[in-house]
Amino acid sequence: MKPTFARRLVAGVLGLVSVVVVAGSAQAAGEVKHPRPVNGSWEGPFGRFDRAQLQRGFQVYKEVCSSCHSMNLLHYRNLGDKHGPFYDPKYPNPNDNPVVKAIAASYTVKSVDAEGNEEERPALPSDRFIAPFENRAQAAAANGGAVPPDMSVLVKARHNGGSYIYSLLTGYDQTPPAGKQIPEGKHYNPYMPGGVIAMGPPIVDEQVTYADTPENKGIKPTVDQMSHDVVAFLTWASEPHQTERKITGFGVMIFLLILTILLWFSYRSVWRNVEH
Amino acid sequence: MSGPSSYVPKSGLEKWLDTRLPIVRFMNDTLVDFPTPKNLNYWYTFGGILAVCLASQIITGIILAMHYVPHIDHAFNSVERIMRDVNGGWLIRYMHSNGASMFFLAVYIHIFRGLYYGSYKAPREILWGLGVIIFLLMIITAFMGYVLPWGQMSLWGATVITNIVGAVPFVGDSIKTWLLGGFAVDNATLNRFFSLHYLLPFVIAGVVVLHIWALHVPGNNNPTGVEVQDVKKETVPFHPYYTVKDAFAICVFLMIFAGFVFFGPNTLGHPDNYIPANNQVTPSHIVPEWYLLPFYAILRAITFDILIIDAKFGGVIAMGGAILILFALPWLDTSKIKSMRYRPIARLWWIVFVLNFLMLGVCGAMPAEPPWTVISLICTIFYFAYFLVILPVLGVIEKPQTPPASIADSILQSHKKSAGTSAVAVPAE
Amino acid sequence: MSGTNHDETGAAGEPTRRDMIHVATGAVAAGGAAMLAWPLINQMNPAADTRALASIEYDVSKVAEGSQAKIMWRGKPLFVRHRTKEEIAKGVKDDSANLKDPQTDAERTLQSDGKPGKPEYLIMEANCTHLGCIPVGVSEPGYIGEYDGWFCPCHGSHYDTAGRIRKGPAPKNLHIPPYVYTGDTIVKIG
Repeated sequence: MKPTFARRLVAGVLGLVSVVVVAGSAQAAGEVKHPRPVNGSWEGPFGRFDRAQLQRGFQVYKEVCSSCHSMNLLHYRNLGDKHGPFYDPKYPNPNDNPVVKAIAASYTVKSVDAEGNEEERPALPSDRFIAPFENRAQAAAANGGAVPPDMSVLVKARHNGGSYIYSLLTGYDQTPPAGKQIPEGKHYNPYMPGGVIAMGPPIVDEQVTYADTPENKGIKPTVDQMSHDVVAFLTWASEPHQTERKITGFGVMIFLLILTILLWFSYRSVWRNVEH
Repeated sequence: MSGPSSYVPKSGLEKWLDTRLPIVRFMNDTLVDFPTPKNLNYWYTFGGILAVCLASQIITGIILAMHYVPHIDHAFNSVERIMRDVNGGWLIRYMHSNGASMFFLAVYIHIFRGLYYGSYKAPREILWGLGVIIFLLMIITAFMGYVLPWGQMSLWGATVITNIVGAVPFVGDSIKTWLLGGFAVDNATLNRFFSLHYLLPFVIAGVVVLHIWALHVPGNNNPTGVEVQDVKKETVPFHPYYTVKDAFAICVFLMIFAGFVFFGPNTLGHPDNYIPANNQVTPSHIVPEWYLLPFYAILRAITFDILIIDAKFGGVIAMGGAILILFALPWLDTSKIKSMRYRPIARLWWIVFVLNFLMLGVCGAMPAEPPWTVISLICTIFYFAYFLVILPVLGVIEKPQTPPASIADSILQSHKKSAGTSAVAVPAE
Repeated sequence: MSGTNHDETGAAGEPTRRDMIHVATGAVAAGGAAMLAWPLINQMNPAADTRALASIEYDVSKVAEGSQAKIMWRGKPLFVRHRTKEEIAKGVKDDSANLKDPQTDAERTLQSDGKPGKPEYLIMEANCTHLGCIPVGVSEPGYIGEYDGWFCPCHGSHYDTAGRIRKGPAPKNLHIPPYVYTGDTIVKIG
C-alpha cells in the first residue's frame, strides 16, 4: 500500500515541477533573451577560479568598468585574500602583500588630518575601493539619469548573474528587431530586460593590454575574452569566500555521509530484536 | 502515555534533587523511558528534525545578531560584512537563511503526515492546535527575518504584507501606521522587526514545550491510527530506539541542508534581495520566499468583491482563514477511523490536496495574470472545500477498510506478508 | 547510545562487537559537534576589517618637539611624544633610581625587532596600567605629576619622562606597542 502511494506522490510532484519549469522558461522568453552561458571554470561544486583570469578581470574592471561603476563592498585588501586574484602564500595577511599595497597606493582617498583639514593621502589596503562618484545624484547626472549599479554583489543580484553580465557585455552587436524604438542616447541589447540599455558598448577589442606573463600566453583582449575575464572577477567579488565554502562543503558532506552510515548500523543493531 | 513514572533515582544526589525539582525524572519520562509505538515510520522522524532546525536557527540567529546592525543605513552592508569579514560569517549566515527553508520543508512534511494519519483527532486536538500556533509563529518570524537584510525584496515584501493589515475596515490604517511606526516601511519598522524576530523564536520554543507536553499525555499516534493497547507488547522506550532512528533521519536531512548551504546557498533566495532597498523603485515582480507562496497565492486569488467585503479584505480573510481553518480540523473531519491507510477514498483526496497545495505554491510564484489568477482561485476553492466539504462529508459516506485490531496485530500481519517476499525484515518500515 | 541493555540477549560474545558501533557513532558525532563548535566560537574573534586596521603607519615628524600626539590604534589611543633633550637626559639619569618596574630609558624606545629606536620619540599605549584611564601629559590642561611625564587623574599614578611608573597604584610602566621604523620618520605600529 505504502509504495504505490509514495510513487503516486512522487509522480505528481515531478509533474508539477515540469509545469513550473515550462511556465518559467516561457515567461522568461517573453521579453528578455535567455543569456548565453558563460561556462566559467568557477562553476559547479568542483569549479575553481583561475588566478590569472581573476587578475585580468580585475584589470578590466579597473581600466574600464570602474570609471562608472563602484564596488563599495570591496576593500583593496580583499585582492590579497586567500583564493583571491593576488593571493600570495608568503603574505597570509593581505595587508602586507606588496602587490595589494601598490594597487591601493595608486589611488588617493580624502581624509582629515590632525588639524581637521581635508587632505588627500594614498589609499591603504584597508580602504574601500574608491568609487567613481561622490553620491547617487552625481552618478545619475553624469550618466544621463541612469545610476550605474554598484558591482560588489551584482552577480548575485541578477538571475543567472554571471551569464547575464557576460551576455550583456557581448550582446551589443545585435540589430534590433524591426519596429523596435531605441530612444536617443540609449542602446539596444537583447539581454537587458526591455531590450534598451543606457550604457553604451563598454568595451572594444584591444581596449586593455594584458600583462605578458606565461599564464596569459595566447590570450587576446577580445571583447569576448575581456567579458569572460571580468565576469570571473565579479563572480569572485560577489562572494570572496565561495571557494573556501565549496572546499569546506566537501569535508562536511563526507563527514555526514560517514556519520549517516554509522548511525544506520547503530540503528539496525538497536532494533535487531524488535518486531515492528 | 504519561502513566506512572518509571524513574528510580539512583544516587543520593538524584534522590535529593528529585524531591525538590524532579527535572531528571521529567527528562527521563519524556526522552528516555517514554513508551513509543513500535511501528512508527520515517515520516515520524520530522519532529526530531524540527527540533534540530529550531535549535540551529536560534544559535545561528543569536550569532548573527552580534554582527548585524538594525538600521536602514547599515543593515545591508552589515549583512555583507558578515559574509565577507566576520570569521566564518558566510557559513553562519547561509545556515540561517537556508535553515529557514529547511525548517519550513520539515514542518510541511510534519503537517501533511499529521493530516494523512489523522494525528489531529481525539485525544490530540490540543496537540494539533499547538502545532498550528507554532506554524503561525514560524510564518511571522520568517517574514520579519526576511526584512532584516534590507534588500529590495525585504523592503517591498514588507510593504506589500503590512498593507494587508490596512485592509481591515475602519481601523486598518491606524493599525498599519502603529505597526510600521510611521507611514511607510522605514527605520522604525526595521528596528521593531529585528526586536520581534529575535523574540519570537523563544516564544516558539515555549510553545514547542507545550506541544511535547501535549504529545506525552496521549502518546504518539502511529501509522495504523489504532491507539496503543498493550504498552509492553506494542511500545519501545524512546531511548535508544527512537533516539537512534531520529538521529539517522536527522543526519540524512542535514546532508540535504549542507548541500544547499555549501553548494547552492542562494538557490532558494531571490536575486533582488542582493540589491539594497530603494524606496523609489519597486522590483518588477514581488514574491515571498518559496515557503509562503501557497498562502500568497490565496491572498491574491480573491480579485472580486464579495457582498460588502472588498477584494483586498477578502484576500486577507482567505489567507488568514487558510491557516485558522486548521484549528477547526479535528472537528471538521467526521471519520471514526484515524489513519488514511484504511480510508482509500480519503487517501486519494489527500493526494489531491497535497498536489493542490503545491499548485498554489506555483501560482504564488507566477505573475498575477491569466491563466494564473483563475488557477489560483480554483486551487483556493479546493483548499477550503477539502476542509469544509470533503472531510466532513467523506467521514459519513465513506466505507473504510477495517483497521487492525491493535498495533501488535498490524505488525504481525506485515511480517507475514513480507516473509513471503524477503527473508530479512527491513527495519525501515 | 550504549543503552542497549534491553535486548542484549543475543549470542554470547556479540554484544561487545555491537557496542563498538555505538561507541564509534558516538565518537564521530562528538567529533562533528566539536568541529561545528569552532566557527561558532571563532566568529567572536576580530573580523577581517578589524584585523586590517591592526597595523598602522605614522609619520612621527608631524609631532613638534616638546609636544605629544594622540593617535588611534586598535581602537585605543597611543601617545607619540617628541621629547626634548632635557627630558631624555632626565629619563636616562633616572635609570639608576629605585624603579617599581625597572627599565632603562633606552629600553623604552626599543623597536620590536630589538634594534634601538629613536630616543626623541616615545611611543606608548595611552592607558594607565592600573585600570585603563588616560593619563594627562604635556600640552594638555591639567597636572602632569611629580616626574614631568604623565599623571593619571583617576587614582593618582605618576609617570616620568620615559613613561615609567614612579608613584601611585599602577603596577607597570606604560605599555610600548610593537613598532618598527620603515623609513626615516615613518613608523609601522602593530
